[in-house]
Amino acid sequence: MAARTEGRAAPGGAATGAVSAPKGAWWNDANVRAVLYQILTVLVILGIGWYLVSNTLANLAQRNIATGFGFLDREAGMPIGEHLISYTPASSYGRAYLVGMLNTIFVSAIGIVLATILGTIVGVARLSSNWLIAKLASVYVEVIRNIPLLLQLFVWYGVLLALPPARQSLSPLPGIFLSQRGLYFPVLYEHPVHAVMLILLVLGVVLTVVVHRWGKRRQALTGKPFPMLGPALGLIFGLPLIAWAIAGAPFDPNVPAMKGFNFQGGASVTPEFVALLLGLVTYTAAFIAETVRAGILAVPRGQWEAARAVGMSETRILRLIVLPQALRVIVPPTTSQYLNLTKNSSLAVGIAYPDLVSVGYTMINQTGQAVEGIAMIMAVYLTLSLLIAAFMNWYNKRIALKER
Amino acid sequence: MKKLALAAAAATLLIAGAAEAGQTVDAIKKRDLLHCGVSTGLAGFSLPDSQGKWSGLDVDICKAVAAALLGDANKVKFVPSNAQQRFPMLQSGEVDILSRNTTWTLTRDTSLGFNFAPVTYYDGQGFMVAKKLGVKSAKELNGATVCVQQGTTTEQNLADYFRATKMEFKPVVFTELKEVEGAFFSGRCDVYTTDASGLASTRAAKAGNPDDYVILPEIISKEPLGPTVRHGDDEFFDIVKWTIYGLLDAEEKGITAANVDEMKKSADPGVQRLLGVTPGLGKALGVDEEWMARTIKQVGNYGEIFERNVGQKTPLKLARGLNDLWTKGGLMYAPPLR
Repeated sequence: MAARTEGRAAPGGAATGAVSAPKGAWWNDANVRAVLYQILTVLVILGIGWYLVSNTLANLAQRNIATGFGFLDREAGMPIGEHLISYTPASSYGRAYLVGMLNTIFVSAIGIVLATILGTIVGVARLSSNWLIAKLASVYVEVIRNIPLLLQLFVWYGVLLALPPARQSLSPLPGIFLSQRGLYFPVLYEHPVHAVMLILLVLGVVLTVVVHRWGKRRQALTGKPFPMLGPALGLIFGLPLIAWAIAGAPFDPNVPAMKGFNFQGGASVTPEFVALLLGLVTYTAAFIAETVRAGILAVPRGQWEAARAVGMSETRILRLIVLPQALRVIVPPTTSQYLNLTKNSSLAVGIAYPDLVSVGYTMINQTGQAVEGIAMIMAVYLTLSLLIAAFMNWYNKRIALKER
Repeated sequence: MKKLALAAAAATLLIAGAAEAGQTVDAIKKRDLLHCGVSTGLAGFSLPDSQGKWSGLDVDICKAVAAALLGDANKVKFVPSNAQQRFPMLQSGEVDILSRNTTWTLTRDTSLGFNFAPVTYYDGQGFMVAKKLGVKSAKELNGATVCVQQGTTTEQNLADYFRATKMEFKPVVFTELKEVEGAFFSGRCDVYTTDASGLASTRAAKAGNPDDYVILPEIISKEPLGPTVRHGDDEFFDIVKWTIYGLLDAEEKGITAANVDEMKKSADPGVQRLLGVTPGLGKALGVDEEWMARTIKQVGNYGEIFERNVGQKTPLKLARGLNDLWTKGGLMYAPPLR
C-alpha cells in the first residue's frame, strides 16, 4: 500500500512504469505459487508412476517372470467357440485377442441398438394414459434395474439351458430349430448377386436420405408434405430385389439338419450369446427408459398444449415436438448407459461367451503375462468408451439448442 | 469377484514391497501359518465340508508341509481359487504354495516363474459322455460340443487332440468348475473333458446317477500334477520337495501313521535317518529332526493319503496305477533320503 501511494506521489517521475512495489517474498506471489503447485503435482504423479513401473519390473524380474509383448506372435493353441473372423487354435495370441475384442464389440453394438429401442418404448409406455401399460412398464423398470446384472445373466442362461436337448429341438417353422444348443436357422448359400444386392441396399438408404431431404425442403417451400414410407421401402428393398430377379432369382437355402452330435449347416446363435444379449439389453433398457421418461417430462406442458391447439395428432406431437426437445436432456445420461453396457459385457465370462475378458484371461493364464494382459484389456475398454463418448458428444452438440 | 481377484493380483505385482527371495520360510514361521492355494472344490483332491474343513489329496500335501515346517498339520489356511486365478495368486505372494491339481509344464516352470515340487498324482486327460449317446471311443467325437474349464492345459490338449485327429468340435469354455459341470449335466455339451481323476471326481460327486455317464478309454495327454512354489526361494522349495519324498519313502519302508512310534525302534538305518533317530536330515533342510516322524503321524504316508482321499474305498474308486510305488510298477520314486 505504502509503495503505491509513494509511486503516485511521484508523477512524471523516472517512469510511471516503475510502480515497482517492494514485493513481498516471492513465494507469496499468486502466479509463482500457481506454477509451483503445478510443477509439484506433475512431480508427484511422475514419482508415483516411476515407483510403480520400476517396482513392477523389479518384482517381475525377481520372480523370474518374462515380460514384454512378444507372446502375441506365439501360437495360441486354445479353442474359441465363436469368432467373427477366421480362427483356429493354430492362430496367434494376437489374433485370439482380436477375436475376443470383435466379440465384445459385436455384442455391445447390437446391445446398444436394441437397448435404445426397448428403453424408448418402455420410457414412453410409462407415461401412457393407459393404466395397465404404464403399470407394466414401471414394474419392468423397478424389477430389472434393481437386480444385479450377473444374476440376471445366470437366470437367462438357465432359462436357455432348460430348452429341450438338441435331438428333441423345437421347430416352430420348418428349417428353424430351437434347443439347448441355440437357435439354428437356414441361410442362403453364397451367390455373386448377394454382393450386388448389398451395394444396392446401401445405395437405397443413401437415396432415401436424399429424397427425404428434398421432400422436407419442398414441404418448407410449398407446405405440401411428401409421404416418405412408400418411396423409402421401394428404394431400400426394391432395388436389391430387382437385382435378384434379374440374376434369375437364385434361391438355394442352406437348411440346418441334425447330423451326428449337432445340427450341421445353416447359421446359428449360441445360448451364451443370446443370454448375454438379453441380459444386457433388458438391464440397460430399464435405465434408458427412466432417462427417456425424465426427458419427456422435462418438456414444458405448454409445448404439448400448443401443438394440440394447432391440431396435431398425439403421435406427431411426440415425434415432431416433444422428442426433439427431450433428446437434449436424454442424450448425455444415455451416453453413460452405453458405456455401462459396453463394460458390463465383460460379465460374459460368467456364462461362457468368449468376449475380450474371457479370451484375455485364458491368454494370461497360458502365458503368465498378467500385467500385459490386463493392460491390454483395459486399453481396449478405455478406447471403446472414449470412442462412444466422442460420438455421443458430437451427436449431443448437433441436437443442442441453437441459439440465434 | 474373479475379475477383482485377478486385477488385485496384477496390482500386487505393481505395488508389492521389496524383494522377498529366501524369506518365504521366515514369513511362514513368523505368521505360524502356511497359506496354501487349493481348488474351489474337487472331491478327493480339495473340498471343504459343511464346517469349512478342507480335505483331499492336495489338501493333505499342504498339511504335510505345515507339519514338517511348523509342527502342526492344522496350521494351514486354505485359499480357494479357480483355474485362471491360481497363478497370479502364487506369483503375487498371496499364497506360499499352490497345491491345486496343477499340471507341470515347461512354460509354467519357466516363464511363469514357478518351481514344481515332485508329482503327487500322475494323471491324464480323458473324456466323459452320457451313456445314452452310445459313444465308445474318443475317435467318434467328430462334431461334438465340448465343455471345458478355462485356463487349463486341458483347453490346449483338447484343441491339439482334435487337430491331430482332424475332427471338428465346438468348445464351450467356463471359468468356474461348477458351471462347467452344470452345463455338461444339463446337456449343453456332449462331452466334458478334464483330467481323468477330475472326471471320476465329478461323476462321483455331481452326477444324478453316476452310472448314466461313461469315461472314454482314451487318455490324450500326460498330466503330472504337483504342488508349485515361486522361483527364487530354494529353501522353501527344498522343504516342500523333501517332505513329499519323505511321504513316499515312508510308504516304501512301511511306516504308517499308526506304527511310526514303533518304527523308531527299527534297526534299519534308512528308517532311523527318516524318522530322525539318526540326526542330520532335519538340520540339512533347516527344520528340526522330528520333522518326518511328526508329519507321518499327523497325515500318514503317501499310500495312506491316496487311499483315504481317492482310493478304492472312496466314491472316486481310483486305482493306484501309475501312482503306485516304483517297486510295485508305478512311477512314485523318491531319491535317497540321506
